[in-house]
Amino acid sequence: MTESSTPQDYVPGTHPDLPPPVRTTGPIGWARINLFSSPFNIVLTLVAVYVLMSIIPPVVEWALVKSVWTAENRVDCWAQMEVPEGAACWAFVKSRLQLFIYGFYPQAERWRVQLSFVLLIFAILPVLYDKLPGRRHWFWYVVAFPFIAGWLLVGGFGLTPVDTDQFGGIMLAVVIGVTGISFSLPIGILLALGRQSDMPVLRLLCVLFIEFIRGVPLIVLLFVASTMLNYFLPPGTSFALLMRVLIMVTIFSAAYIAEVVRGGLQGIPIGQHEAADALGLTYWKAHRLIILPQALKISIPGIVNTFIGLFKDTTLVLIIGMLDPLGIGRAALADAEWAGLAREVYLFVAIFFFICCFSMSRYSLYLERKLHTGH
Amino acid sequence: MTTLAGARTTDDRNLIARLWDNQEARSVIIQIITLAVVLALAVLVLRNIAINLEAIGKEFNFNFLGAPAAYDISFSPFIEYTSRHTHLRAAVVGILNTLLVAVCGVLLASVMGFIMGIMRLSSNWLISRIVYVFIDFVRNIPVLLHILLVHGIIVTTLPPPRQAIDIGADFFVTNRGFFVPAPVFQDGAGVVGIVFIIAIIAAIVFRRWAKQVQDTTGKIYPVFSICTAIIVGAPLLAFVVMGAPLSWDIPQLKGFNFQGGLALKPEFLALWLALSYYTSCFIAEIVRAGILAVSHGQTEASYAVGLRPNRTLQLVIVPQALRVIIPPLTSQYLNITKNSSLAIAIGYMDVVATIGGISLMQTGKEMETMIIVMGVYLVISLTVSAFMNWFNRKMKLKER
Repeated sequence: MTESSTPQDYVPGTHPDLPPPVRTTGPIGWARINLFSSPFNIVLTLVAVYVLMSIIPPVVEWALVKSVWTAENRVDCWAQMEVPEGAACWAFVKSRLQLFIYGFYPQAERWRVQLSFVLLIFAILPVLYDKLPGRRHWFWYVVAFPFIAGWLLVGGFGLTPVDTDQFGGIMLAVVIGVTGISFSLPIGILLALGRQSDMPVLRLLCVLFIEFIRGVPLIVLLFVASTMLNYFLPPGTSFALLMRVLIMVTIFSAAYIAEVVRGGLQGIPIGQHEAADALGLTYWKAHRLIILPQALKISIPGIVNTFIGLFKDTTLVLIIGMLDPLGIGRAALADAEWAGLAREVYLFVAIFFFICCFSMSRYSLYLERKLHTGH
Repeated sequence: MTTLAGARTTDDRNLIARLWDNQEARSVIIQIITLAVVLALAVLVLRNIAINLEAIGKEFNFNFLGAPAAYDISFSPFIEYTSRHTHLRAAVVGILNTLLVAVCGVLLASVMGFIMGIMRLSSNWLISRIVYVFIDFVRNIPVLLHILLVHGIIVTTLPPPRQAIDIGADFFVTNRGFFVPAPVFQDGAGVVGIVFIIAIIAAIVFRRWAKQVQDTTGKIYPVFSICTAIIVGAPLLAFVVMGAPLSWDIPQLKGFNFQGGLALKPEFLALWLALSYYTSCFIAEIVRAGILAVSHGQTEASYAVGLRPNRTLQLVIVPQALRVIIPPLTSQYLNITKNSSLAIAIGYMDVVATIGGISLMQTGKEMETMIIVMGVYLVISLTVSAFMNWFNRKMKLKER
């Protein structure tokens, strides 16, 4: 190569491109630019490497390498370790896995939970994946799903009734999350339309409602649900606690959705409204066909973020005595055989929520990119 | 004749139907109906409440606020409180504790959030990745779990007071909380305080004057350095002149716990730290988005008109970034305040835990206590958003 590439071998202008200098390409060039570009950056990189080296190996060792996966109780667990309490005891989480998933749902009826979960996947599919064949026909199934699942889980009409106090664990979190999400979206859209309406009374009522709900923490609303909601009802009637919590969670996230959708509505130019009026469309037709499709498209990332917040907030029900995954974990820790394994429980619950919420936020980012049809 | 008859038949229609075709009349009808329905619902609910309360023999009044609370609050840094004090005082202690953790949380979360947001934009790949992973991990886990986790770490893994970790400067870390020296003000400290306030006012006046001078003559004073010098220097001088009227109350290990000094209880620490780092992750993303929103052309244009880099940052970049940052930042500050209500999970005595928790249990006044708690949060929320709206208007782009 070196012998043949004398200048004389080429007609001027046809010399092949030389490879770029090693110092700006390849792994070394990348490291030079991204890690060692200045003395300050070199120090930062070294500090970061030191921090990572002092955190990651011990954590991996604790959680995976030295951890114990099968044991009778904590003493047995610690006996299997080189250093007692020196590693994670996943046997505990394994022994309580059923509890973490189903709560205290009766053993014989758990197929109903599993079936609802499968149905949920089929309900989510057409919402998430828009290339699904016959997506339009799925719509009614998606609308009907919360009611089908509610019947399956609570029972009645031919199924053995199950007391809602026995709901718990991941199942409870999903029930609260899915109910909140599916009912708060339509209510939120209506509230947003009310807030944008020309009618002062309607607008005032919607503003008061939204600002009131948004000004008060969810936990206070849950306290209201658990202590005083029954006073509002006609004497003699009363709701199960789960039902009251579902109502509160729904109106809570509806107020937040309303603000997100209002942002979307405000992003629609007035010309769109005028064009719809010019075509002679009624208010509802104009909104259904022209305004809302555009407004909702803008607000999808915000809506998904509200849903992520709602799903994380389902843990708050533990404060009023319901057993969501975190509540189940804390109850399990009270067991003398396993006490003191808080780290394992919290990490397990954290990973569950992380997987759910992280995938939702990734999906929101994907949608944002896909729907960005501008320039 | 026929046309007239036809017109009469349309006119003969039901009055309501005719009004319905008129847009304005229709809107009035809808509003009247809505208002009637809402009022009817309200009356129904109030009637139900009255009947239900009478059925169990309860009355709706706030008299219980004057009765002795008969429970202890372990953490009341601002006002004196014992179990002999009233429910009203317990509520005030709770409100102050809520405000304390909210203000501390806002400060720490802002500092951490700004630092992390800038680290996220670092040209150093490793730093920006580490911060990115940390932010995404923390944001996607419920804040309640963070609070319980931090509380658990403080209570179970830190040493008891007898084996306290001494960080130096009489700062002790134990599982009963952190103990730091407390400042004790002596005679003459008040003078220093007054001088400090006067110095701030003087700095503001100087700033106005300097701006006026710059507007009329173009002469620029080093406003920031001079203001800092006034605000720091004047109180320092007063402090020395008054003979250093300040001593430190140093925590001492006595028996099983530390005595004296300033004790940061584990509940307060857990809530404060967990809320701060959780919220700072959201703030970091807001800061990052705000800085990225200022296009690079602004920096280049500012260099082109001859501004130095620090003036560019101060006059061009920061004002524009703040405009994008402030509205979402407001809602994060409100979130800290509202999330501080999770204190009840670890036993920090905030307003929900005192008046909405123990007072409610002891008096059975669900209605009244809940109204007080909701009122407190509404007042805080509306005040914060009013202030931030004012600030936002002040910072807004002034288009001419």
